[in-house]
Amino acid sequence: MIRLERRPQPSRLWTGLTPLLAVLLTMVVGGMMFALLGKPPLEAIRIIFWDPLFHPQFAAYSRPQLLVKASPLILIAIGLSLGFRAGIWNIGAEGQYIMGAICGAGMGLAFYPTTSPLIFPAMVLAGALGGWAWAMIPAVLKVRFGTNEILVSLMLVYVAEALLASVSQKLLRNPEGMGFPGSRNFQQYPAAANTEIIVGTGMHWGVVAAFVAVIFTHVLMTRHIQGFNIRLTGEAPRAARFSGVSPARIIILCLGFGGALAGAAGLFEVSGPAGQITIDFNSGYGFTAIIVAFLGRLHPVGILLAGLLMALTYIGGELAQLMLGLPGASIQLFQGMLLFFLLATDVFTNFRIRVGTTKVA
Amino acid sequence: MDLSSINPALLIASIMISATPILLAALGEMVVEKAGVLNLGVEGMMITGAVVGFATAVSTGSPTLGFMAAALASAVLSLSFGLLTQVMLSNQVATGLGLTLVGLGLSSLIGKPYEGMKSPTLPKLDIPLLGDIPVLGRMLFSHDAMVYISLLLVLAVWAFLKYTRAGLILRAVGESHDAAHALGYKVVRIRLMAIFFGGACAGLGGAYLSLVRVPQWTEGMTSGAGWIALAIVVFASWRAGRVLIGAYLFGGVTVLQLNLQAAGARVPVEILSMSPYLITILVLVIISARGVHGAPASLGRPFHASS
Repeated sequence: MIRLERRPQPSRLWTGLTPLLAVLLTMVVGGMMFALLGKPPLEAIRIIFWDPLFHPQFAAYSRPQLLVKASPLILIAIGLSLGFRAGIWNIGAEGQYIMGAICGAGMGLAFYPTTSPLIFPAMVLAGALGGWAWAMIPAVLKVRFGTNEILVSLMLVYVAEALLASVSQKLLRNPEGMGFPGSRNFQQYPAAANTEIIVGTGMHWGVVAAFVAVIFTHVLMTRHIQGFNIRLTGEAPRAARFSGVSPARIIILCLGFGGALAGAAGLFEVSGPAGQITIDFNSGYGFTAIIVAFLGRLHPVGILLAGLLMALTYIGGELAQLMLGLPGASIQLFQGMLLFFLLATDVFTNFRIRVGTTKVA
Repeated sequence: MDLSSINPALLIASIMISATPILLAALGEMVVEKAGVLNLGVEGMMITGAVVGFATAVSTGSPTLGFMAAALASAVLSLSFGLLTQVMLSNQVATGLGLTLVGLGLSSLIGKPYEGMKSPTLPKLDIPLLGDIPVLGRMLFSHDAMVYISLLLVLAVWAFLKYTRAGLILRAVGESHDAAHALGYKVVRIRLMAIFFGGACAGLGGAYLSLVRVPQWTEGMTSGAGWIALAIVVFASWRAGRVLIGAYLFGGVTVLQLNLQAAGARVPVEILSMSPYLITILVLVIISARGVHGAPASLGRPFHASS
């Protein structure tokens, strides 16, 4: 008889080990899935995890992509991790990402075609504010009425998508775009473009912001009283209230921080890699970031690594699509499985597995 | 705007059709939550049901088989959630989200070859006598079988929870799993069965979307219906009858919104298309402002026999 015995404290060893185990399990089961789809499993795994970095022909193109794809994931996941730590479930980062992009791009387009070094910083600010404001809706509703933030933040994703469709066809549409939906392309408006800082590395301002966010959050969580309050609220809500931590303030702080980072990520994406506001410029980063946050164990440095790994699966997935004809959706499933296996193997972190019968006291 | 183009009898009939998928999913989720489990993966189970039902119906030519396959597939998928949360004691919120992500990925993988196809759809039942009543007949008594099955299911769930011993045990497990465990009830087993039922219902709801309501397969076609079903459970204060009301109100908003778009109302299209989501938020706010009543006391809490 196998039974679980709760550990007095989560195992530090397993906390670090489970993500690796989950990745390994995902590779095995994912490989079986590829085999079922009639693709060579080992080759597919190699193309996804190895070739983007070391293939003599493709690596030159795909290595810079790693930072480009990882930066929005890391930015959003860092923001989400704060809330998840406090037991506040913002799952509408996708909507905050879209609203950040719309607000930031709107700010930039309003100044077209003037040039000033202040335009891009203003856009970043507008993007972060847009995401922050969108996240304030579930935050205020939760604080004021106790409304479930999970459902509200998620519903707002669909509202944001409807708004995105609207602005890319009407308000922000490129007047010289011959009637096609989509805004002006920021690549042709240097004052507002999020360009590569070091050419050929994929290093743009969003990557810088992601690194800053990682360091800032690490300091906040380990050295600052608010970080302690956030952890306390998540681990012992009652104790937090007795020690004078205001739950309302934690909710506003966590959701707001997450929204602002997601909004900034949206702006960096739309003014850089995506280039313009289009109906479907958003590619589900807001949802994948949830996986990144968990895979990174809600720890800033972990999230940094997890973001890079998840970016690798995106790039490797595209490569596998190209070389093996692997369906794009299989990568989505692959990422979902990763979260599942992570949550499953987490049982080792919190419990000891005991074999044998319970002793009767 | 030409409101006269909206025919009230047809309007009510289409409300019933558009409410059925959400009704089925919300009803299943209500039973799951009554057992004390919060499964946020409804969206993922629905879309899996939608694609499996569609694929089965297309390849066998039988929509009935499609519905059955959809229910089975989603129920099996939901068991993975059950295994993780009940046996391996993972966080229910995170696992539910994971289930949604897995379901979305799985469905678009399975559904790729079926895009743009047409499937056989359920025949409209011609109920003798009742179906011949002038206006009411067309409005209420000329639907396909699933509409009536979903209504019967509401009745069955209500009676099960209120009048049967098994229903009482299920509610006991949801209210206080420790007390239920002390009385010797198998908490984990009961919860797994509830999760299985919830998955099957969500699958039926999804299949109704892809086989009757739309009827076609497109990627991400549930577009939040599963989340709305979750909201309806809260709106309904965990009562079967109110789930019915909630789902039909919501179906009404959806249909009215589409009708207004078609009638060329002077409201911008984007406002209309975001209205179902905005109204869901509004309803959630009103409900929570009044104070949520009737949530099972152990909802979302993990159960571990030795603690």
